[in-house]
Amino acid sequence: MKKSVFLGVVAATTMVAGAAAAQATLEAVKARGELICGSNTGLTGFGAPDASGNWTGFDVDLCRAVAAAVLGDATKVKFVPTTGETRFTALQSGEVDLLVRNSTWTLSRDTELALDFVAVNYYDGQGFMVKKDLGVSSAKELDGATVCIQTGTTTELNLADFFKQNNISYQPVTVADDSEAQRQYLAGACDAYTTDASGLAASRATMPDAENHVILPEIISKEPLGPVVRHGDSNWGDIVRWTYFALLIAEEKGVTKANVNEVAASTTDEEVKRLLGLSGDMGAKIGLPNEAFKNAIAAVGNYGEIFAANIGEGTTINLARGLNALWTQGGLQYAPPFR
Amino acid sequence: MTKASYVRDQMLPPQAPPVSEAGVVKWLRENLFSGWFNTILTLVGVVVIYWLVASALPWWLNSVWNAESLGQCREIVAATAGEGATGACWAMIRERWHQFIFGFYPPDLWWRPIMAFGLLFVALAPVLFSGQRRNLTAILGAAFAFLLVTLYLAGAPMAAWVLVLALILGLAGLAQAMPGKLLWFTAIYPALCFWLLWGGSIWSPVAAMLGFVVMGVAYVALVGRMGPTASAIAGVVLAALWWLILDVPVANAIQSAIPFGLQPVASDQFGGFLLAITIGVTAITFSLPIGILLALGRQSDMLIVKTLCVGFIEFIRGVPLITLLFTASLLLQYFLPPGTNFDIILRVIILVTLFAAAYLAEVIRGGLAALPRGQYEAADALGLDYWRAQRLIILPQALKISIPAIVSTFIGLFKDTTLVAFVGLMDPLKGVTQIVRADIDWKGIYWEPYIFVGVIFFVICFGMSRYSMYLERKLKTDHR
Repeated sequence: MKKSVFLGVVAATTMVAGAAAAQATLEAVKARGELICGSNTGLTGFGAPDASGNWTGFDVDLCRAVAAAVLGDATKVKFVPTTGETRFTALQSGEVDLLVRNSTWTLSRDTELALDFVAVNYYDGQGFMVKKDLGVSSAKELDGATVCIQTGTTTELNLADFFKQNNISYQPVTVADDSEAQRQYLAGACDAYTTDASGLAASRATMPDAENHVILPEIISKEPLGPVVRHGDSNWGDIVRWTYFALLIAEEKGVTKANVNEVAASTTDEEVKRLLGLSGDMGAKIGLPNEAFKNAIAAVGNYGEIFAANIGEGTTINLARGLNALWTQGGLQYAPPFR
Repeated sequence: MTKASYVRDQMLPPQAPPVSEAGVVKWLRENLFSGWFNTILTLVGVVVIYWLVASALPWWLNSVWNAESLGQCREIVAATAGEGATGACWAMIRERWHQFIFGFYPPDLWWRPIMAFGLLFVALAPVLFSGQRRNLTAILGAAFAFLLVTLYLAGAPMAAWVLVLALILGLAGLAQAMPGKLLWFTAIYPALCFWLLWGGSIWSPVAAMLGFVVMGVAYVALVGRMGPTASAIAGVVLAALWWLILDVPVANAIQSAIPFGLQPVASDQFGGFLLAITIGVTAITFSLPIGILLALGRQSDMLIVKTLCVGFIEFIRGVPLITLLFTASLLLQYFLPPGTNFDIILRVIILVTLFAAAYLAEVIRGGLAALPRGQYEAADALGLDYWRAQRLIILPQALKISIPAIVSTFIGLFKDTTLVAFVGLMDPLKGVTQIVRADIDWKGIYWEPYIFVGVIFFVICFGMSRYSMYLERKLKTDHR
């Protein structure tokens, strides 16, 4: 991010002020009775308000889960749309309690921006989409191609790296946002369009001639996207992290939105009992009621359900679980033991 | 002496001019084909227009109004106009128009912004057409008709009807009897508008307006003893004290004694043109007086006043509006004490107002500079003090000269309100368009939202421009 230096300076100068406000996010949220969640200004499948103004999406559901865990009510969330430029500053300045806005976890963001990435709720990566009749089956064959790319993003740097490493050349066509990129690509202004694979899938799904476009197999970058909290308030970070892990464990153990009460009544699995607050004091350890995680699961369902409802196979976006499958099914989603 | 054998005793009927010198042919020859160069330009122009129409017309003709998604639109276009045809998908506007207009404002409360908008014209009328009974009545009537239709469509509750009827009838009567007094409605309109848009207790805006009453009373009470400048300062200080210390407790006290209010609506529910017009109109209203004061301050020979004004103007004009917006949305939060939640729209309005004021100050300074020195000397010769001279002689002329530039600044300001998208507010052009496109049903739609928003912006800006031309004609006193 080219803004990172500016943001870094801002962050550094306000660390002192921020320290006073730290440790208090949970109390502030409880006192307010509302979680303020930094969200996207509109990203298909991940976070956007619908026709009646209700926020829906994969990232949005994680915010709702945290609200359900902390406040017992998944509707007590205020979504603040943040742009690529304002998102981290909004979090640092305390305008939002939590940022779930498909933000890539990188070293500099984690350190010099004074933020904490607490989990990875979606493993993404940069890919390419080309027209079928270009006859290309690998990104390495794109020598001399014109490539549509959004400016000011990490994807631009990744693209340059990839072509340099493979010793091939390309002609960038820079565009401002996703809709313009799609338009340029369809109009033939570029041979290939590159952005996060999830974004490519969403774009392809809505094209008039989706069958004429292919997403190439190469994924040229790691884009671990996840919820972000302010540095210095570890308890709040723990709450967000373990709410997320609770959703993963729920999927692992087959606890769903529909059967959570039934399971709570009948389960003999000790970990599920701890997860649902029937034994132990897992919630109390981080300042939440014991049934906090049960509330979260009851409100939005487990990780698999959230995925399936918003972006998974069967929706128009139709993303496969891939890297985001549970570790038991060959993916990377892995939660530490709940004890 | 010869005798004339023939004298015409009646006039010949005028002959029709030659074909090439009349009607369409003449017009064409003079305007389009008056030389080889112009002929070429005309032909090129015709080709370009044909090409534009030929490529865009099918798209307009194949418009689809009833569909549930972009995919469905495409199917309908393909079914009616054949495979490969393009067509506009206005079904998106049909489904999402309310977000372009109201943002997320709750639908059952739409009557409130509608009413605020209708009354806006009632409040503007006395300023725009001061004392002209006919124009005032026309605007009142138009606003009333607008409110009748839109409030009915929005399903306004009974109380809203009563309020509108009482207001319009009262004001119409006032316009007939004492058109000048309508300005009082303009004065209380900001409080009324704030209350309608944001809701909450009615006593908060009332208490805030009382601050101005405090200012006025203090000025009137002191002006005899201390002179205008000192008493104006005293009035401002007293009003500021009122706002800082007494305002909130007084409003709360009355609210607990006589609770009366509307359902509050939070700022994050605002969006679309509701947001653009709120920011635009407020900023336009407040930037003009501030701009005038800054322009006068810059001309002043008092060192501190002059330095402050010059510093302010140059600083604000030296940074882009985006920087100020980022300051408003992000940095202000750092400087304010933790826990304060200073409304984001209010922050943006303040910064946009200051931005416009700095530009206006320079525009008005241009008007002041254009006045001949004799006008200033004449004012002095009449023995007028500084404020009277400005009010009666200098400003009326200077402002008249600056009208085109002032309106131009206003139009620019109104269009700049779309920049608030960069701080995450739902402006109609980018903010709402982006959330509509994020819906999988409408992802990939491109021109339609831009055209819809562009047309509305055009109508508003064109209206402002036309009014400024009317005003120029009306105020024209010279014979150039």
